[in-house]
Amino acid sequence: MKLDQVCFRTSHLTPSWTMESYRSVGGYQVLESVLKNKMRPEEIIEQVKNSALRGRGGAGFPTGLKWSFMPRRLPGDKYIVCNSDEGEPGTCKDRDILRYNPHQLIEGMIISGYAIGAQTGYNYIRGEFYEPIERFEAALEEAREAGYLGRDILGSGFHFELHTHIGAGAYICGEETALLESLEGKKGQPRYKPPFPAGYGLYGKPTTINNTESLASIPVILQYGADWFHELGTPNNGGSKIFCMTGHVNKPGNYEVPLGTPFAELLELAGGMRNGNKIKAVIPGGSSTPVVPGARMMELEMSYDGIGKGGSMLGAGSVIVMDETTCMVKALQRIAYFYYEESCGQCTPCREGTGWLYRVIKRIEEGQGRQDDMDKLVHMAENINGNTICALGDAAAAPVISFIKHFRDEFQYHIDHGRCMDNTA
Amino acid sequence: MVNIEIDGIPLKVDPTKMIIQAADEAGIDIPRFCYHKKLSIAANCRMCLVEVDKARKPLPACSTPVSDGMKVFTDSKVAVNAQRSVMEFLLINHPLDCPICDQGGECELQDLSMGYGEGISRFTERKRAVKDKDIGPLIQTDMTRCIHCTRCVRFGQEIAGIKELGATGRGEHMEISTYVEHSLVSELSGNIIDLCPVGALTSKPFRYKARAWEMQARPSIAPHDAVGSNIELHIRKNEVMRVVPRDNEDLNESWLSDRDRFSYLGLSSEDRLSEPMIKLDNQWQVVDWQTALDKTVEGLKGVISKFGAEEVAGLISPTATLEEAYLFQKWLRGLGTDNIDHRLRQQDFTDTDVDDSLSDWQLADIDDSDAFVLLGTNIRAEQPIIAHRIRQAALAGATVSSINLFTRDLLMPVDRQMAVNSPQLVQTLAGIAKALLAAAKQEPEDWLDLLPERAPSAFEHNVALQLSNAMNATLFVGDLINHQPQASTLRSLARLVAELSDSRLVVLPSSNSNAHRLAGSMPADKGLNARHCWERALRGYVMMGFDPLLDTAQPTIVHDALRRASFVVSISSFESDWVRQYANVILPMACFAETSGTFVGIDQRKQQFAGAVAPRGDSRPGWKILRVLGNISKLKGFDYISSQDVVDEIESPLRELKRGSKTGFIPDSLNLESDLMLISEVPMYRSDSLVRHSKALQQTPESRADGFARINQKEADKRGLDPQHEVVISQDDRKVSVPLEIDNNIADGCIYLAAATSVSAQLGSLFSQVQVMKAGRE
Amino acid sequence: MTQMLLTGPKEELFSDALREQMDTWIAKYPEGQAQSAVIPCLHILQDANGGWLSRGIMDALADYLDIPAISVYEVATFYTMFELEPVGKHKISVCTNISCMLCGSEKIMNHLQQKLNIKPGETTQDGQFTLKEVECLGACVGAPMMLLDRDYHEYLTPEKIDNILDGLAS
Repeated sequence: MKLDQVCFRTSHLTPSWTMESYRSVGGYQVLESVLKNKMRPEEIIEQVKNSALRGRGGAGFPTGLKWSFMPRRLPGDKYIVCNSDEGEPGTCKDRDILRYNPHQLIEGMIISGYAIGAQTGYNYIRGEFYEPIERFEAALEEAREAGYLGRDILGSGFHFELHTHIGAGAYICGEETALLESLEGKKGQPRYKPPFPAGYGLYGKPTTINNTESLASIPVILQYGADWFHELGTPNNGGSKIFCMTGHVNKPGNYEVPLGTPFAELLELAGGMRNGNKIKAVIPGGSSTPVVPGARMMELEMSYDGIGKGGSMLGAGSVIVMDETTCMVKALQRIAYFYYEESCGQCTPCREGTGWLYRVIKRIEEGQGRQDDMDKLVHMAENINGNTICALGDAAAAPVISFIKHFRDEFQYHIDHGRCMDNTA
Repeated sequence: MVNIEIDGIPLKVDPTKMIIQAADEAGIDIPRFCYHKKLSIAANCRMCLVEVDKARKPLPACSTPVSDGMKVFTDSKVAVNAQRSVMEFLLINHPLDCPICDQGGECELQDLSMGYGEGISRFTERKRAVKDKDIGPLIQTDMTRCIHCTRCVRFGQEIAGIKELGATGRGEHMEISTYVEHSLVSELSGNIIDLCPVGALTSKPFRYKARAWEMQARPSIAPHDAVGSNIELHIRKNEVMRVVPRDNEDLNESWLSDRDRFSYLGLSSEDRLSEPMIKLDNQWQVVDWQTALDKTVEGLKGVISKFGAEEVAGLISPTATLEEAYLFQKWLRGLGTDNIDHRLRQQDFTDTDVDDSLSDWQLADIDDSDAFVLLGTNIRAEQPIIAHRIRQAALAGATVSSINLFTRDLLMPVDRQMAVNSPQLVQTLAGIAKALLAAAKQEPEDWLDLLPERAPSAFEHNVALQLSNAMNATLFVGDLINHQPQASTLRSLARLVAELSDSRLVVLPSSNSNAHRLAGSMPADKGLNARHCWERALRGYVMMGFDPLLDTAQPTIVHDALRRASFVVSISSFESDWVRQYANVILPMACFAETSGTFVGIDQRKQQFAGAVAPRGDSRPGWKILRVLGNISKLKGFDYISSQDVVDEIESPLRELKRGSKTGFIPDSLNLESDLMLISEVPMYRSDSLVRHSKALQQTPESRADGFARINQKEADKRGLDPQHEVVISQDDRKVSVPLEIDNNIADGCIYLAAATSVSAQLGSLFSQVQVMKAGRE
Repeated sequence: MTQMLLTGPKEELFSDALREQMDTWIAKYPEGQAQSAVIPCLHILQDANGGWLSRGIMDALADYLDIPAISVYEVATFYTMFELEPVGKHKISVCTNISCMLCGSEKIMNHLQQKLNIKPGETTQDGQFTLKEVECLGACVGAPMMLLDRDYHEYLTPEKIDNILDGLAS
């Protein structure tokens, strides 16, 4: 298993985030060659398609295909927007890309702008990321000085300007159209689709929104080739991926490993289970993805398709590991509170339903559960699922349905006895 | 067109349509809350979820475009399950206070919950409560009932042109509010009452007054501006309980101005007249109708026999119906006088012969106009629905210029706006004409000597360019020109500009004045116009439907004339101390909603309406009073049975109506005096007696501002005026003392003082030259 | 706290330095899209105003960006980083979301509450600290963690918190 080949490829250098360090691993060579050789944008898009790079923000949509939706020949403004509004519980990889390898993201964004015909890019970074914002801004300054940004870059005739935009605390802005609204200075409320951003995006102009990790992967894909990247992973699951190993592991951290790596290996990389405890459950892709029982998880591969086999999703690669001491009712209560707190309030099922879910789970946790509560929760969750503009409703429903499915006994015990099973905290 | 199927019904649909629009057109019902045909799509309530073949989840009908071969199911198991689940979520935090909710019985949530709701709630947690906000005297808020559909927010942004309401907070804590409590300022604000699908926004004056099912709806026509908005009167026990719009795409669409919506409150004013009265030995006595009518005819005939019929004048409000206007002039002409007029606020009649009426223009043509020049009109106050239509055109790309005595936020994209006093207004128009001359097909020879020698200013050039570049430009001339003593000069220049630029000129009529032109309630031959009727101080006056000091151009002159007259009759719906002072007979007249009649709008559209409630007390419809007066006067041709008979006679081809000429009017000079000029705007809620008696409208911030004189800082400094001290405005020997506000929107050389108030009634004439100084220094 | 002018002509609002900072942001967006700068500007003004936004500041910003005041209120009430009431000199935001919870954020929160003698959402009497419970701050591998003013502090223990806060006081 090879580590840190793509987004973290400067991680062995100190400091890793400077232009100098980035150049020393081959940084900006791809951009220079693309511009010098006037590489055809279609060819870049083709390569990204062939790399089987899938959106690293959670949805896993093929990046090259997304780029191909852009009407790149349409005259007028077009935008590339990077989604660095990282906030899915369990996810903290983009923060490290911004802090430790910002130039690779910048190079990726310039190339993507070139490929999709955008002359302006915005990197939407969540407002709490003070340090990553500073690092990214400093890197932008270096890139500008080096002539990688601005008008007529390296004499190629290609113009591209890249700006940082900052958020102010709203998970929903990680949803791409909510992010656009927020970038326009409004509340982050997702837009209904169609129209899709590629047709009607930022300021009503064609726009592509990609995750930080996806965009940071671009220079490496073009440098070593789509096949190389693809072969790092498994078919249809190209490349390596950063996994945020959090929760009850000995060495929590971000691990960039090839897609398809068995979970068991990843767990070992993260030092194994804390205190030698037994693994009880894993949320493999961030709080929005269904929970998987520990034993089942030990059999799965860390890839989009691999996790799919376990009835969950790879999401953003945010692996939340829970050991046998975890009260699943309490864990679900905390997750449900998150969606209640972060619902934008626009759609009825999510606005009203997330609070209802949370309150019922809280009641169970506090020993006031009723016998019909579990059925009610599942039914409610199913009624939210699929009935809202964006996926936050689905995200709120998935944990409820999966926790109750896999840990029904524990919920039942809470309802019957008003407290946790003996072996949990 | 694409082929789709909804519930098995094959339809051919425009491919730009959403499913819900296709369904609505086909009469297939899909439940909805946030969707409204006149507003942008929000897709937030999720009530309109339907099943679409091949879609993996239910889709919102409001935001899913149709596509060829699409099969939609609105009442399949999938669709109904989705709709039921949304309904459950909507209801969990909705208070079940329907018994005390004004929306009860006409609530979209209540209606749909009958179809999609459960009998018993599974929700056992605590319900949300939201603090109510005070957003002014017209709209009551009960925000706990809000279902966050955001129709009201979108209305403000998209239709009213001012975003006052928003959705603050997020998630379950999202609230619709102004955030900082204040009264809404939009003149169309009441429409959010209709738009709100639940009882969160209801009519404040109507609160707890009646239940929807207790009332009967009667169609009618709103009388306060030149649009003739289509309305519905909701009646209970012979009382108008409220007014709501009726859809009419050609006129008011789905909307209503606050003035048209809330003026009905004046109907129940304690100032309503309900019995005929005559003055005997300076004492008012209630008498029966016969006595009062006999006394009227006897008194007038007395004046005529003693001084001649030319000593009698008849003045009638432009809000009167076509039938009233016609019978009024017929009766007075029968008595021998041609001193008849409805143009009560007009002062300049020199271009009377010019006919500016429009025969081939419809109100909805505004939508197709690509350039507007607003001259001397505060369009939002004067004609709110026309302002709305201009706003929609402007939002779609039409250009807008405004030249007036003051600037005001028009709540629409405006290309240029200028505030100038009258002499400069004349010069500006002349400059625009001059700029247009260069490209004119034919030079207007009569004008060449009058137009200035100077080169046009950049502003004038730009307006000229705006007009000449437009395919379909429209100029509006409003009250702030039409009420001026120099109105003819200003209008003639507007006509010239329109002609040179091949634009449409629309002189905005006051309420029903087009009906009065049609009826002939103005001098036909040698008769005196309104101004002369008062200035010449005649012996006898008949006044119909107006307040002599609030609805006329020269209040103190009117006051003097009436005081000196030997016989005065007032046919009116409202008490007035002044009328009690001057009149000899007071005949109580039925008001709006109490009489049948005809309204002729700005585009000559005739709209008939029936009386909806019985007249107040012993008052009678105006046309019946006039019919009997005709009979008692022993005149022929007053044997009408219904108001329709009157209309038939008006429309009779045998009737000859004096038509104005189209040739125009050329003023002698374009140089006007430029002393400090009074701007005498009739404020939105002072336009006629009914409006003035609507308490809720009088409590709006708009009305509360009427008491102040306003002047710009520069002019204030010149005269040593400041807002801490009252100012004295004087005109000849008349003086009024008023508080002052600095308002830099007012043009140089002007001071603003609202007309149609008890203060303005103490001044000689509107738009006159005045002196102003700090109180205590005069 | 910076002195700010909140009424008057647009070109004189706030202060020269603040306008300059805000203009840098406004310049990032296309012409006519100044509203895009609302969030960055609110951050700048909040920082300059001791950590919170008054109504006057929001109204002045609406004027400055030429947008309706309600649009600024909507944004300020939507995003959790904006404070609409005065806060302490230092703001402590503790993440208690799932990864942090699994690693003991409850203990961290309890410790802070006891140490500062306030509950989440409150400010210490001396005006030094405001304590907030917040959602995931994207540093889950460093759980439990908190944001103190502009700095992330990870792998927290009660002792570490004592050191950090005591360091601030000295």
